[in-house]
Amino acid sequence: MSEVSSIRLENLKKSFHQREVIQNLNLEIQQGSFVSLVGPSGCGKSTVLRLIAGLESPTGGLVELDEESAGHFGFVFQDANLLPWKTVYENVALPFELSPALKEISQDEIKDRVLKILTQVKLQDSQHLFPHQLSGGMKMRVSLARALAPKPRLLLMDEPFAALDEITRYEMQIQLRDLWQQEKLTVIFVTHSLLEATFLSERVVLLKGPGGRVTLDRKLDLPIKRDDSLRTSESFNKIIQEISAGLKA
Amino acid sequence: MKRLTPAFIFFVFVTAILQVLIKQDVIHETLIPAPSSVWNTLLEMKIDYVTSFLQTLKNTLYGLGLSILIGSLIAIVFSLSDLLKKAILPFAVFFQTVPIIAVAPLLVIYFGFGAPTVIASSFIVSIFPIIANTLMGLESASSAQKDLFRVYHGSALKTLWKLQLPVAYPYIYSGLKVSAGLSIIGAIAGEFVAGGGLGAMIDAARTQQRVDIVFGALILLSVMGLLFMGTLNLVHRLINLRRPFPAGEL
Repeated sequence: MSEVSSIRLENLKKSFHQREVIQNLNLEIQQGSFVSLVGPSGCGKSTVLRLIAGLESPTGGLVELDEESAGHFGFVFQDANLLPWKTVYENVALPFELSPALKEISQDEIKDRVLKILTQVKLQDSQHLFPHQLSGGMKMRVSLARALAPKPRLLLMDEPFAALDEITRYEMQIQLRDLWQQEKLTVIFVTHSLLEATFLSERVVLLKGPGGRVTLDRKLDLPIKRDDSLRTSESFNKIIQEISAGLKA
Repeated sequence: MKRLTPAFIFFVFVTAILQVLIKQDVIHETLIPAPSSVWNTLLEMKIDYVTSFLQTLKNTLYGLGLSILIGSLIAIVFSLSDLLKKAILPFAVFFQTVPIIAVAPLLVIYFGFGAPTVIASSFIVSIFPIIANTLMGLESASSAQKDLFRVYHGSALKTLWKLQLPVAYPYIYSGLKVSAGLSIIGAIAGEFVAGGGLGAMIDAARTQQRVDIVFGALILLSVMGLLFMGTLNLVHRLINLRRPFPAGEL
């Protein structure tokens, strides 16, 4: 893993109607790392993600993205957030229609990229379907494909698997790990599930509200290649217990 | 076809009952004409009816077309400018409450007798649902959908074209259905004062106490309304065959 910083948050503050949701948050995330922001509901973890994405403006402090990531990131929302009148293919190609930074890319290249990412998320046979014809897991894979199709260097994910059933969620987690390794992305993953954060990440940052204080910031000593057997391993459960204690503290 | 069978049976039943009641003098024919009299009048005066029908239809379509064009543009401008919306929309709401029959004489002064007044009357009555529904639809995109477009720096124009308008589709369709009916009402009110079409025919029949002519014209106006609704339904089905636009909460 590179030690070059991809994102730097310095004394970050955010208030909504005089309620301070984020209070002097300092965080540095390295290029190519997979970091999970974990915490209870209302601790400000989604707000941090939105601040990084520029969907919210900070009340104070600084959000600094490296040159590669700035303006070239993907965002996966809590819901798949697909446009119901567009096919799977068209939904995945949407960033190319919208982003001024991607307008130079030729139609052939767009087609190649969209079909390649659809193959990676195992949806190549569903490209002509509309969202209402897909299962929850398939919708989320389209959403992931849409975020990855423009080849971003940074992927921001806001509890993307929260609404999925457990089996689909496990499948998606493994798929996401594989994609992260293949694409060498920086991933910031927001979740309230310790199990999910530990399974997916190299580093877990525990936030506690109000104010989004960092109460634990831990690098995980787990194998790069992860599969379902890890979930029942001793080392995995030991880490969960440790983070869980941090959450209760 | 199966769907229409109960309505058809009900229509035949009511027509038969009316025919009997009127022919037995239970209801006087000067109040409600016998269905057979209306049918005969329709046949006898078919040239007058067809000419008037086409005249009203043409002016209504012009009025409705203008409403769709101008109403949609106004809604789009309002959706882009909160200030304009706040400044002008209350007056549009106020103006909508003024009965068209009270405004129609003014239109004759401004546009003279004939088609321009009828078109203006139809336009005035039918534009408000287009503005209100289109505006509501344009503002109905979810915050998550708007965020998606913001993440990819979609311009205001692209957001309008690729998000707001498709999301607004069910609202626009619903507004069109309301406006289509209102445009006929507006045209008839215009024809009462400016002449021409089925409106003038009804007005002339009133002075002669010819309720059969009035009922004949009413039937044709209903046919016009059904034609509008049928066309809108057909277009809606064709669009939805190609694209599953959101149904909205309508």
